[in-house]
Amino acid sequence: MDWHLLWFVLLGVLLAGYAVLDGFDLGVGMLHLVARTDQERRVILNSIGPIWDGNEVWLVTFGGALFAAFPEAYATIFSGYYEAFMAVLGALIFRAVSLEFRSKVQAPLWRRVWDRVFFGSSLLATIVFGVAIGSAMTGIPLDARGIFRSSVFEQLGWYPLLTAVLTVSMFVMHGAIFLCLKTEGELRERLTPWMWRGYFAFFASYLSLTLATFFLVPRATANFEHFPGAWIVVVLNFLAVANIPRSLNRGYLGQAFLSSGCTIAALVFLFGVALFPNLVTSNPNPEHSLTIYNSASSESTLKIMSLIALIGMPFVITYTGIVYWTFRGRVTIDKHSY
Amino acid sequence: MLDVLLLSRLQFAFTIMFHYLFPPLTIGMGVILVYLEGMFLRTRLPIYETAARFWTKIFALNFALGVVTGIVMEFEFGTNWAAYSRYVGDVFGSALAAEGIFAFFLESGFLALLVFGWDRVSPRMHFFATLMVAIGGIFSSVWITVANSWQQTPAGHVIRDYTINGKVYQRAEIVDFWAMVFNPSTVHRLVHVWIGAFILGACFVMSISAWYLLKGRHQEFARKSFTGALVLLTTSSLAQLLSGHLQAESVAHHQPAKLAAMEGLYRTEKGADLYLFGWPDDAAQEVKYGVAVPDMLSVMLTGKADGEVPGLDQLEPIWGRPPVWLTFQAYHLMIAIGMLFIGASLYTCWCWWRGTLFTSRWLLWYHVAAVIPAFVANEVGWVSAEVGRQPWIVYPTLVNGIPVGGLRTSAALSEAIRAEQVLGSIIFFGLIYALLFVLWIFLLHQKISHGPDDHAGEATPHPPTSPQSLADAATSLTRHAESLTSETK
Repeated sequence: MDWHLLWFVLLGVLLAGYAVLDGFDLGVGMLHLVARTDQERRVILNSIGPIWDGNEVWLVTFGGALFAAFPEAYATIFSGYYEAFMAVLGALIFRAVSLEFRSKVQAPLWRRVWDRVFFGSSLLATIVFGVAIGSAMTGIPLDARGIFRSSVFEQLGWYPLLTAVLTVSMFVMHGAIFLCLKTEGELRERLTPWMWRGYFAFFASYLSLTLATFFLVPRATANFEHFPGAWIVVVLNFLAVANIPRSLNRGYLGQAFLSSGCTIAALVFLFGVALFPNLVTSNPNPEHSLTIYNSASSESTLKIMSLIALIGMPFVITYTGIVYWTFRGRVTIDKHSY
Repeated sequence: MLDVLLLSRLQFAFTIMFHYLFPPLTIGMGVILVYLEGMFLRTRLPIYETAARFWTKIFALNFALGVVTGIVMEFEFGTNWAAYSRYVGDVFGSALAAEGIFAFFLESGFLALLVFGWDRVSPRMHFFATLMVAIGGIFSSVWITVANSWQQTPAGHVIRDYTINGKVYQRAEIVDFWAMVFNPSTVHRLVHVWIGAFILGACFVMSISAWYLLKGRHQEFARKSFTGALVLLTTSSLAQLLSGHLQAESVAHHQPAKLAAMEGLYRTEKGADLYLFGWPDDAAQEVKYGVAVPDMLSVMLTGKADGEVPGLDQLEPIWGRPPVWLTFQAYHLMIAIGMLFIGASLYTCWCWWRGTLFTSRWLLWYHVAAVIPAFVANEVGWVSAEVGRQPWIVYPTLVNGIPVGGLRTSAALSEAIRAEQVLGSIIFFGLIYALLFVLWIFLLHQKISHGPDDHAGEATPHPPTSPQSLADAATSLTRHAESLTSETK
């Protein structure tokens, strides 16, 4: 058994879990200002009120698992992208705090400020995640030890900016569909066009990014020759993308939400195929890349971690299921709400 | 010229100390929430539900701050301490990942039911959710304390050569998982951390309850909360004395240089004194202006009045030298607060038994204020533990009298970061945390001023000195005593 490959896949699962689940949370944040009255904004906040914290744990666990399974990659990425991680931390702190604090004080100014903070921090976090994905695709210069010594800002080409646009539009679409499932009345009518706006922006950036990847990141597409099976996911991804407008047209919002979730998961999978076997691609000097083999923990530790994951994940899925089931249906505001 | 190492250490100290305001608070309050909801299920007295609902709101606020400041910690290992991460990832990373999978998902999932689920799930299910959140907090402390204890007293690992792109480096790898988990200091330190958390949670609840009692508001609620927490505080304070003693013995055995710094023992002595307070002077190599119990340190560590305790003169060539003044003062402040808590909680129990507790205004004022030393004790305990292990970030292991392995703090820094980056992030966190701190105090104040949503049974408030409230106190005392005994059945 190739334990390195297993942990590469498991990290992909954690990342996909995060992107699908916190994806709609972040989308909800970016759509927060579409709601106008105080009551509407509370509905938006409470649509994710009981679940956002659990969704974010997927990211925290992804970070911990990367640290444990591939410490060299964790160390290089986190120290190399210093400013980016500080920006993410700032955004995640302000996002959590604005959710938690906003409705605790009546004053309109207080609420207006936190509403904007919630929007801004959600947008910032999404942009940084998008740029990070793009930068991982094109690669960064590593030295022979596998350390990234240059500055984040020198690495900002237009490709990472395009992935950022894709991520923002995709999460807006995902969040808008989620909100339309959770809200009703006038607010829902105002949110409906955002599903379409998000979709069209996503579709445009999806097509341009696919083209750009073919020409700009040849090693990404080269991997499909090694894994012909990955083409199935490309097809499934395309079907999921195509199914979103179809189900939106027919009013099957649940199906649309499932499709946008599958789209995100499929894109994370394709991202993994493009990277494999690298975790950090060195560009130039590809021989300096940190792969799932040269950056990993010892095999015995990977085995122990697999056991931990095997014991833990069924519980994680159970808790998540219980919470989503308890808070199913449209948002109602009571005295415990945000 | 700014020193990137010093800045990174300052940033870590600042962010971890701010973070550590919250986890012990939520662990301690978790126990109290479980007690209150359990009592509600048993007795169906609405006062317990009122109390549980009120404390849950405050718990949620503290918890949120613990979560957001905790993510910072997980990221900082990589951003500022990349060389350390490469060295310990195999060991430390595993514990951190286990914390994510076993603890964080449990806490965050059931927290939703705890905070938002009052009217959506049955009281039994709600109690179960509360229990799971409390256990989640405890699981979380287990894994992070395991990880930290492994750095203090490493075990279950080997130092192996590791090749990357043809160059050879060294790192720690797990060979025996359970020996790593139960390394020599894990259990002592974990118990100490838990009891510290119970003390803080109890002091926090008592502080707010005492304030209500002094203001004559929410009397019955405040008495129930206060006395429940008092039981927890008293038992925890006494237990902490024993736990602290066992831990000091363990430190003396495994990290003698840390112990010498904590006790200000510059020179190896037969019949070493135990300082109650003092001022360690590195230049003079002695503790000045101090008061000490003669020979007591030798008695405690060796069992003999003239037993030899190694001082820094003997230990420094082997282990290096930790900063003495800070380790000494942090350690002694922690002990002084611990002693204060033992005395004050026993005295408070005596007043409770005599029936004068709720009329003694100065004692209630003391309990309003006592939450501050409780925070301080938790913080300075960690300061003495972390400063006292310097200059090591991962302590070496002694093999045939020679320290082997280990990683110096100065070698743990990220290879690629620059001083101005770290300065920028210190200012960034400084501003954000200052804002968070102000907002935290402000919202706590607001919630406390609002108070619990009184249930129908509670009449208009009356001042604590009136005879009626004395009678109340007496009846609540007996009822509480009943409830405590019935709980143990």
